[in-house]
Amino acid sequence: MPERILDVENLSVDIPVPSGMLHPVQDISFHVERGETLAIVGESGCGKSLTSLAIMDLLPSRARRTAAKLELDGRDLSGLSERAMADIRGNRMSMIFQEPMTSLNPAYTIGDQLTEALLRHRDASRAEARQRAVWLLEKVGITGAAGRLRQYPHQLSGGLRQRVMIAMALMCGPDLIIADEPTTALDVTIQAQILHLLADLQREFQTGLILITHDLGVVSRVADRIAVMYAAQIVEEGTAEQIFEAPAHPYTQGLLACIPIPGKTRRGAHLGSIPGIVPSLVGRFQGCHFADRCPHAMARCRADDIAMRAGAEAGHRYRCVLTPEETAANMKRMEAAE
Amino acid sequence: MAVTDTAQTARAAGAPELLEPSPGQLLRRRIFGHAGLLIGAVVLVTIFLMAILAPWLAPHDPYDQVLERKLIPPVWFDDPKATWDHILGTDALGRDYLSRLLYGARISLLIGFAAMLISGVIGTTIGVLAGYFGGRVDMVANFIITTRLSMPVVLVAIAVVSLVGSSLTVVIWVLGLLIWDRFAVVMRSATMQVRDLDFVASAQALGCSTPRILLTEIMPNIVNNLIVVATVEMAHAIILEAALSFLGMGVQPPEPSWGLMISEAKGLMFFEGWLIFIPGIALFMLVLAINLLGDGVRDVTAPEGRN
Amino acid sequence: MFAYILKRLGVAVLVALTVSLITFSMIYLSGDPAVALAGENATQEDIERIRDFYGYDRPIIVQYFDWLFRALQGDFGQSHYLKKPVADVIFDRLPTTMLLGLFALIFALTLSIPLGVLAAIRPNSLIDRVALTIAVIGQAMPSFWFALTLMLWLGVYWQVLPITGSSSWLNFVMPAIALGYYITPAVMRLTRAGMLEVLSTDFIRTARAKGLRPPTVLVKHALRNAIIPVVSLAAVQFGFMLGGSIVIETIFAINGLGFLAWESILRADLPMMQAIVLVLSVFYITLTFIADMLNAWLDPRIRVT
Repeated sequence: MPERILDVENLSVDIPVPSGMLHPVQDISFHVERGETLAIVGESGCGKSLTSLAIMDLLPSRARRTAAKLELDGRDLSGLSERAMADIRGNRMSMIFQEPMTSLNPAYTIGDQLTEALLRHRDASRAEARQRAVWLLEKVGITGAAGRLRQYPHQLSGGLRQRVMIAMALMCGPDLIIADEPTTALDVTIQAQILHLLADLQREFQTGLILITHDLGVVSRVADRIAVMYAAQIVEEGTAEQIFEAPAHPYTQGLLACIPIPGKTRRGAHLGSIPGIVPSLVGRFQGCHFADRCPHAMARCRADDIAMRAGAEAGHRYRCVLTPEETAANMKRMEAAE
Repeated sequence: MAVTDTAQTARAAGAPELLEPSPGQLLRRRIFGHAGLLIGAVVLVTIFLMAILAPWLAPHDPYDQVLERKLIPPVWFDDPKATWDHILGTDALGRDYLSRLLYGARISLLIGFAAMLISGVIGTTIGVLAGYFGGRVDMVANFIITTRLSMPVVLVAIAVVSLVGSSLTVVIWVLGLLIWDRFAVVMRSATMQVRDLDFVASAQALGCSTPRILLTEIMPNIVNNLIVVATVEMAHAIILEAALSFLGMGVQPPEPSWGLMISEAKGLMFFEGWLIFIPGIALFMLVLAINLLGDGVRDVTAPEGRN
Repeated sequence: MFAYILKRLGVAVLVALTVSLITFSMIYLSGDPAVALAGENATQEDIERIRDFYGYDRPIIVQYFDWLFRALQGDFGQSHYLKKPVADVIFDRLPTTMLLGLFALIFALTLSIPLGVLAAIRPNSLIDRVALTIAVIGQAMPSFWFALTLMLWLGVYWQVLPITGSSSWLNFVMPAIALGYYITPAVMRLTRAGMLEVLSTDFIRTARAKGLRPPTVLVKHALRNAIIPVVSLAAVQFGFMLGGSIVIETIFAINGLGFLAWESILRADLPMMQAIVLVLSVFYITLTFIADMLNAWLDPRIRVT
């Protein structure tokens, strides 16, 4: 069995728009190991959601996806027909979306929508499907599971609906789950519960989990590895410890300065901000995407496209012209200044 | 962190404020880019001009019966009787069809417009009052609308006309008093949407009188809906009048109502098909033009509604 | 849910009563109903006899309640022209109109719903433009002209269908098409708009992400939601269609309620006229009520609280 449940190389998405060609995802490469949680972090519009849709092949019809490699459990996804893809979706890999309030069909019961997921891909009977649905509902922490099957989505709260979505994603025992901002639309108190639930389930079922979020703080306790995205590119990738202890890319450093991290941020310290706005992703863009907002930008940052380079430790990569020593020095200077 | 110049960055990224056209320019662009709107407007204006200039455009008197010249087919027919003197031929009583068609346009346009005005006033009043005041007023308005919707329009119109007597005025009033329901429904929901917006609340807080609020705050914002419904109902009125005249309960002979012309030709249509084809096409084009115009106005003023 | 039904029923009854009042007072539009009934060549004697027979000399309020009371028992009085009970004549001709309406509805739905769905799946494609063209043409074409044109082409030139009478089901084909075409544009547009809206919702995205096959997503998930307003609209439009059947029935000489209405108006048969308007109105009200109930039943958010 391959080590990696998902292997992505040079994934790009192009969308024709009135003003030209939009490139919301540019040459993304990453992988997810069996049973690990990869968090993809970035601000709104950086392309992280489109990346997940690209993997699932659920992009809008006008969009074009290209990839040098796109493999799920060693199986090539890029050339698959829609029928073959449909056999994989919900089955070998599933997805959880951001808005639980609108992600369920209001005309059918919870039970109907749960069992449907299983019956589509397996030769099970209705009774067996219902049994599994009840078992999973209990696993995701819903009480009175058997009775819930007969309820309609509008009778459940947002948090409950998201739990149902998680259960639905697990119905066929997938190898990979992509969770696109699963807690953003929920109350803060529920957010932590859902995240812990995801982490527990992921560990129990040994599924790979891609957690997409804009909230770096959310990620610190749940992710094994983190990929930071900015303006359609992955700008840094490493283990959670590497990213939080020794961020190499100026953007990541800036992000960490923006959020209070318990144990790291001193009381009374100023929270940073990153001035400027994201560059337009229409048409060709030369050089580093972050150059206009980077405090260390130089002429050569804009000259040519920046490639990923290795960080100080193994498994740590980042997209910058600065060497690991230089970035570490910048980090120290920043921390001292606060 | 060093501070970067945001404006500089924004400009480098192709900042929007340099590229946005004015609202007027946008509207003009949308209008002229919309084929349906333009076609509808052009055809409608043409028919309108033809109707107004009918006394000068019509080659003959539309009421003039010349029985020796009856049932002449239009010029493009391969028939010895066809003549350029009667481009669209003549009917069973020897009346020039082109002339009748031109004068018939007057009837359709007049009735359509007048009925639309009457029903527009009634319906908009009911709708706006119901939408603005809500509560009991709304309940009563809804009841009235539902009652009106429960009555078969054509049947009631025919019955009333048969009892009161048919004339142009009667037809206009009967139609006007019957087709106001869509005005009421649409204006009611449009008013309800606008009523809760902040600028209305601030006008109320300033102590503006209700009529003033209705006229200066609410109406300008629902005028788009009004225009769209007006076109729909004008087309509706035109078709209804044609149907009534077709059944003999509308405009009476010898008036050249297009519906009446079709009715008069009904018995002859198997051999003189053009007699029903020509007025029918005229009706079709007029109503089509009005519908295209209405659709166009709706698209142009609310493009978010389109796919 | 029960309270909802009750409230709707109450409104329906109230509307029906109001309509009955309007329908009843309609005959006074001509001034003296006895004169209208008697006709042109009537003597003063005839008029007085009619006035006496129909009770037009009584106070209006009394007349109304008497008429209403009897109507509720199914007695609509006597047809002046046919010398038969109005109720008998109406219920004799009603099934024909119902049949015509049903055929027309089936035709309309079979044409408009699939077209609307196809147009929504491929917006701005050929099928979308065809669908919209059909809708635009349908809305602009007077039904009586369409009926005559159909009669001309299918009945006379190609001789595939009979043009008058109501003896066999073939007689109903052209009228059904002419009548059904009247509601096709509205239903098609609503289906298309509804499908377009539903297809862009999150739960359709979820259905696709579950790996459900396209037909399942389209019909079981999308159409099931998009069809809800269409059902109400179809029910209401069915009512309008029946009102418009007067034109179609007279053209094709179909012996239904519309034709009867037409004849009785020509003959100034006031009791018959009143009864037909009332019957049709009550039918509309019932249809609207059913449409409301259907709406509630199809949408679990209203049904299950």
